[in-house]
Amino acid sequence: MAERERKLAKPGGKVFSAHSLVMEPTDVSRALIRMAHEIIERNHGVGDLIVIGLQTGGVPLATRLRAHLEEITHSLVPLGTLDVAFYRDDYGIRPVLPEEVTLIPCDLTQKTVVLVDDVLFTGRTVRAALDALADHGRARCIQLAVMVDRGHRELPIKPDYVGKNLPTRRDEMVDVSDQGVALGELVDK
Amino acid sequence: MTNVKTGLLDMSDISAVEIRSLIKLASFFSEVAKRPIPKVPVLTGKQVVTAFFEPSTRTRLSFEVAARKLSADVVTFTTATSSLTKGESIKDTALTLRELGGNLLIVRHNCAGVPHQIASWVDIPVINAGDGRHQHPSQALLDCYTISQNFTLTENDFTGLEVVIVGDITNSRVARSCVEAFTTLGARVTLVAGPTLLPAAPVFSANDRVSITEDLDGALATADVVYLLRVQLERMDKNAFPTVREYRTRFGVDRRRSALMKKSAVIMHPGPINRGVEIASDVAEQQNVLIGDQVKNGIAMRMAIIYNLLTSKYEL
Repeated sequence: MAERERKLAKPGGKVFSAHSLVMEPTDVSRALIRMAHEIIERNHGVGDLIVIGLQTGGVPLATRLRAHLEEITHSLVPLGTLDVAFYRDDYGIRPVLPEEVTLIPCDLTQKTVVLVDDVLFTGRTVRAALDALADHGRARCIQLAVMVDRGHRELPIKPDYVGKNLPTRRDEMVDVSDQGVALGELVDK
Repeated sequence: MTNVKTGLLDMSDISAVEIRSLIKLASFFSEVAKRPIPKVPVLTGKQVVTAFFEPSTRTRLSFEVAARKLSADVVTFTTATSSLTKGESIKDTALTLRELGGNLLIVRHNCAGVPHQIASWVDIPVINAGDGRHQHPSQALLDCYTISQNFTLTENDFTGLEVVIVGDITNSRVARSCVEAFTTLGARVTLVAGPTLLPAAPVFSANDRVSITEDLDGALATADVVYLLRVQLERMDKNAFPTVREYRTRFGVDRRRSALMKKSAVIMHPGPINRGVEIASDVAEQQNVLIGDQVKNGIAMRMAIIYNLLTSKYEL
C-alpha cells in the first residue's frame, strides 16, 4: 500500500496483512541501481535532469535514485518533492489533506523531470502530479519511475522505468517500505 | 470547523487541535503562493459568495483572492447596488444567493449575530467575516499563523508566549476572537486599555489566562507580541476618550515605547492603521512590524478555511 493509505488507515479499523514478500530490500536496491542506469541511458546523461518524489511514498525512493544517479555520473542532480493533494479528483470521496511539503527547487521549463512513486495503480495520483508539475513550468519531458507497477489502470498512463511488474487482484494491497515490497490485503484487526 | 454545514462563525467553536491543523494547512497554501503559477485547481466549479453588508477592503479582497487561488468562482454582493435598498430582507437576500448556486457564503454585517442567523437559514457553510463588535474568526486564525511563523514553537503550542492587546477592546471584534484563539493555543493575554475602552460586562474575566491593565509601558517590557487595535471612530461613543492626542499619549506605540520592548518581540495590527494614533509612522516601518505578513498570511489562512469547508466531509 502506498504511504498515504498507510496513514489513512484508522486505528482500530482494518490493518495491512502481508501474505508474501515480493521483493527483499536487496532486490529493491538492485532495481534502483538498474533504473538509474536506464535513466542515464535514455537521457544520454543527467544534464537538465531533475528527480521529483511524490509525497510520501515516492520521496525515499527518489532520494535513493538521485544518489545513484549522482554516484554513477559524478555530477549533481537536483531533487524535489511534490504533494498532489490540491490536484486530486476525489474530494468528498475520501479525506484529501496535504501531508507533506512540496519543494521544487527550480523552474521546470526545459527540464527533464523524472517523477518517482512507490506503487503505480489506477494512475490517478500520477494524473494529478502531471497537472501539478505543469504549474511549475513547461518541462521538456516528464518520465515516470515506479518501484511496483501493479496494473488496474483507470487512465492512459504508462511508466518509463519499473522496478517490478506485479500482477495483482484489485482488492489486494502492495506495501513498499524499508522491509522491501510485500503483497497482502486489508483485514479486520 | 467540525460542523461543515454551519461553517466558521465563532472562535469558540474551534478547538486547539483544529486551529493547529488550519495553521499547518495554511503553510501549504503559502508554498502555493510562491509557485510560478500560484493557483491550484481544487475548487473548480465551486461558487463562493461574498456578502458584505458593511464596507471592507482587505477582508473581502483577501477572501476573494483566496477563493480565486483555489479556482473557485467568486460572486460579490454589495449592499449599495442590491435590492436591499428596495427593502428586501436579509433572509430573502441570503436565500437568493444560495439559489444562485452558492456553495459557501462569506458574510460581514455591522450587527452581531447576523452570520449565525444566516447560517440557520441556508444549507451551505457560512463564514463570519466580521459581525459588529462580536467576532472576526478568520482574522484571529491568520494572526495565530503569523505568530507561529515568528517564534520557535513545538507543535504550535503558544504556552509561554505573552501577548499584549492594546486599544479599543470594547468595540473590537478582532480582540474578542484573538483573545479566544491565543488563549486556546496556550498564550497569556494582557489587555491594555482605559475603563471606557473595556467592555462593561466582565466578558474576559472568566478566562484565567487574561489580565487587564492600564499601564502600557509595564506591559511592553515582558510582551512577545504587541497587538495594536485600530481606534474605531465609526463605532465609538463620542466620549470614549477626550482627544486623539490623549489616546496617543496613553496607548500609542511610538519610538520610546518601541524601545521598551524585548528584542525578539513583534508588533501586529489587523489594519487599516491610523498612523500617528495607535502606532507612530516611523514605528510602522520597523522590521519587527508584521502588518505585511498578516495580509499575506490572510490569503493563505483563508484558502485553508475555504478549502477545509468545501472539500472535507471529515474532521480535521
